[in-house]
Amino acid sequence: MEVFVSQVFTGLSAGAVLLLIAVGLTLTFGQMGVINMAHGEFLMAGAYTAYVVNLVVGDAGLGLLVALPVGFLVGGLLGVVLEASVIRWMYHRPLDTLLVTYGVGLVLQQVARDVFGAPAKDVPSPSWLSGSVPVLGYDFPMARLFLLLLSVACLLAVLALLRRTALGRQVRATVENRDLAETVGISTRRTDRITFFLGSGLAGIAGVALTLLGSTGPTIGASYIVEAFLVVVVGGIGQLKGTVIAAFSIGVLQAFLEYATSGSIAKVVVFLAIVVFLQVRPQGIFAVRTRSLA
Amino acid sequence: MLELQDVVAAYGRTEVLHGVSLTVPAGGATAVVGHNGAGKTSLLRAAVGLLPLRSGRVLLDGEDVSRLRPHQRVRRGIGYVPQGQQSFGQMTTLENLQLVARRDRAAIDEVLDTFPALRDLLGRRAGLLSGGQRQQLSIARTLLTRPRMLILDEPTEGIQPNVVAEIERVVADLTRRGDLSVLLVEQHVGFALRATQEYHVLAAGRVVAHGSTGDHAAADVRAVMAV
Repeated sequence: MEVFVSQVFTGLSAGAVLLLIAVGLTLTFGQMGVINMAHGEFLMAGAYTAYVVNLVVGDAGLGLLVALPVGFLVGGLLGVVLEASVIRWMYHRPLDTLLVTYGVGLVLQQVARDVFGAPAKDVPSPSWLSGSVPVLGYDFPMARLFLLLLSVACLLAVLALLRRTALGRQVRATVENRDLAETVGISTRRTDRITFFLGSGLAGIAGVALTLLGSTGPTIGASYIVEAFLVVVVGGIGQLKGTVIAAFSIGVLQAFLEYATSGSIAKVVVFLAIVVFLQVRPQGIFAVRTRSLA
Repeated sequence: MLELQDVVAAYGRTEVLHGVSLTVPAGGATAVVGHNGAGKTSLLRAAVGLLPLRSGRVLLDGEDVSRLRPHQRVRRGIGYVPQGQQSFGQMTTLENLQLVARRDRAAIDEVLDTFPALRDLLGRRAGLLSGGQRQQLSIARTLLTRPRMLILDEPTEGIQPNVVAEIERVVADLTRRGDLSVLLVEQHVGFALRATQEYHVLAAGRVVAHGSTGDHAAADVRAVMAV
């Protein structure tokens, strides 16, 4: 029982990281149809932001609290620069954007290598995140619990933004029908840029959070990007609730498989399971339901 | 008010409008009729900026708006009710209205007075409304943009007969307001001519006839369309 609960918890925290990355992708991929392979590098930028902030602040606890909003800003600004300089010229050309953003990702990795060096960097964890906390009679690592709570908090913030604010309604309208959104007075280009900022900023936060689990290197983002896209596709493109279910399901499934086999085998089995699932349900867990085609 | 001058537009290499010119006077109502594929919807899409012009101009109160994006034209006063009862199906009826009105509850109440059937449907997802209800929502949402120039693309198309009468009544009321100019595309020639003062017949992307909607207009239009 203890193994079962601990694997569930490990899976949920792994899913929480995937969720943070995938929520941003759901916004950009779902809204603009842009396959942004550089999204992982925004995560990397967030992780290096945590490293730099820690060096500047000199206190791990305060450093983390400062790094979270700064990582969001750094990731978000990188996203806006990419959207304004490259992606806005390539809407409706998904394969071109895939190739170009993959190239941009490689450039960003090399920039990180040149600036910070190839060896991975460690960011010290705050003392208040060391140790474990008893939950349901089991000891859970504080860092993973923090990650889970951070992910849920970000998700709730995004949901509140989308459901309760005028900006959120504009984003949802643009996702659903771009032409119609323009004809009710919404500047879809401005909405695109804001959405890109939000989505990329969330990747930045994910990068900061990942420094709690391990060291930071130039390819940290690339190792997550494929899984994050799979979460978006399995959840149903543009569907946040599907993204949540897919992220945690894949995280937990992978945790159990890793425990029973190895990391590599677990990845292969998860990918195969996703291939089978998409054969049965190509639209993902959730699909848009409406009486009209609009 | 709204003036289309020698409008040429294309989808890719296929030209669909070959130099169309028409004017909707301030406070007036103009109908565009024609068979399927004549270019009626393309003409309206060109007027609101959804279809780029190859040449020609779109003027609103003398100002050239040809280079403005659709949302900028909406802010200048062009309201557009597209074909096919389009709404944001994932959003509720109220959210569809709030998208334009934001927190202006009085403005929402005003359009709900025009379409009282929507009052009981405010919490329902627009995608689950009937075609007629969605069309009413579409017109209500457009009216919230406070247009001076209202462009309607086949507002009664594909709607159950009992709602058609309601929509015809609202459109006719709007064309009589005087402070609103209306450009109406409609398959239903009788209604189009009753609700407007001028008509244009479009065929294969060209205006082939135009005139005032007087006593003989219906016969004239049908004669042209039968050719």
